[in-house]
Amino acid sequence: MRQIQVNPATLRQTRWQDFAVRFAAGGFITAATGIIAKIFGPVVGGLFLAFPAIFPASATLIEKNELLKKRKKGVKGTDRARQLASIDAAGAAMGSIGLLLFAVVVCRFIPKHSAWLVLVGATVLWLAVSVLIWYLRKRIRL
Amino acid sequence: MMQILLRFLIGGVVVSLFAIIGDLLKPKSFAGLFGAAPSVALATIGLTAAKEGAAYAGVEARSMIGGAIAFFVYASFVSWIMMRYKVKALWTTLGMIPVWLGAAFGLWYVWLK
Repeated sequence: MRQIQVNPATLRQTRWQDFAVRFAAGGFITAATGIIAKIFGPVVGGLFLAFPAIFPASATLIEKNELLKKRKKGVKGTDRARQLASIDAAGAAMGSIGLLLFAVVVCRFIPKHSAWLVLVGATVLWLAVSVLIWYLRKRIRL
Repeated sequence: MMQILLRFLIGGVVVSLFAIIGDLLKPKSFAGLFGAAPSVALATIGLTAAKEGAAYAGVEARSMIGGAIAFFVYASFVSWIMMRYKVKALWTTLGMIPVWLGAAFGLWYVWLK
């Protein structure tokens, strides 16, 4: 199985505009969620807590960086770039199962416990479950 | 207005942090997990609980379950389309947003309303 690696070179490929787009998208959807909850109530507003806020920008960035890498090597690389973005989306689908459990834990425990404690616990659970699903999927494929 | 600005800034920072973590990681299937990080929820639920109360935040989190199921449907569709058809990531990810909206509001209608 391919090992998990940290690759700081990706950050050097990223332009400041790419960071700005994701900051703006994240900020916008967070602010919009508050406004939607104010107008339509928390039931509708809560749906947007799991809105794919930065996913389009991230998938596009992955595709673009791969294209640049391949073109430097003199290869077209369009198919490979799209495939990488697709793999990233498959990872996000796995992460969304962790996201669901995050929501279940917050919904169940936030009314009677410290909000910050519940959020930290739910985040740890999101990460653990997401990584476990990713790991199991890789193992089963082998 | 200050509350909206505060949410914008905190949301921008939290979402960007998770995005950078995702950028740094390989393989991409693992990095993709961070595309579904609870970034908006982390940025907003603490503020909501402090301002509107924990019960209100609990109601939002219950609806978030529907949003997360919609995210799963959306991301699965995006992955499938990009693997099979020659469509650019930007058009696929933005073009599939109605799938998220449809799934989320469908669940709202049959379950959360």
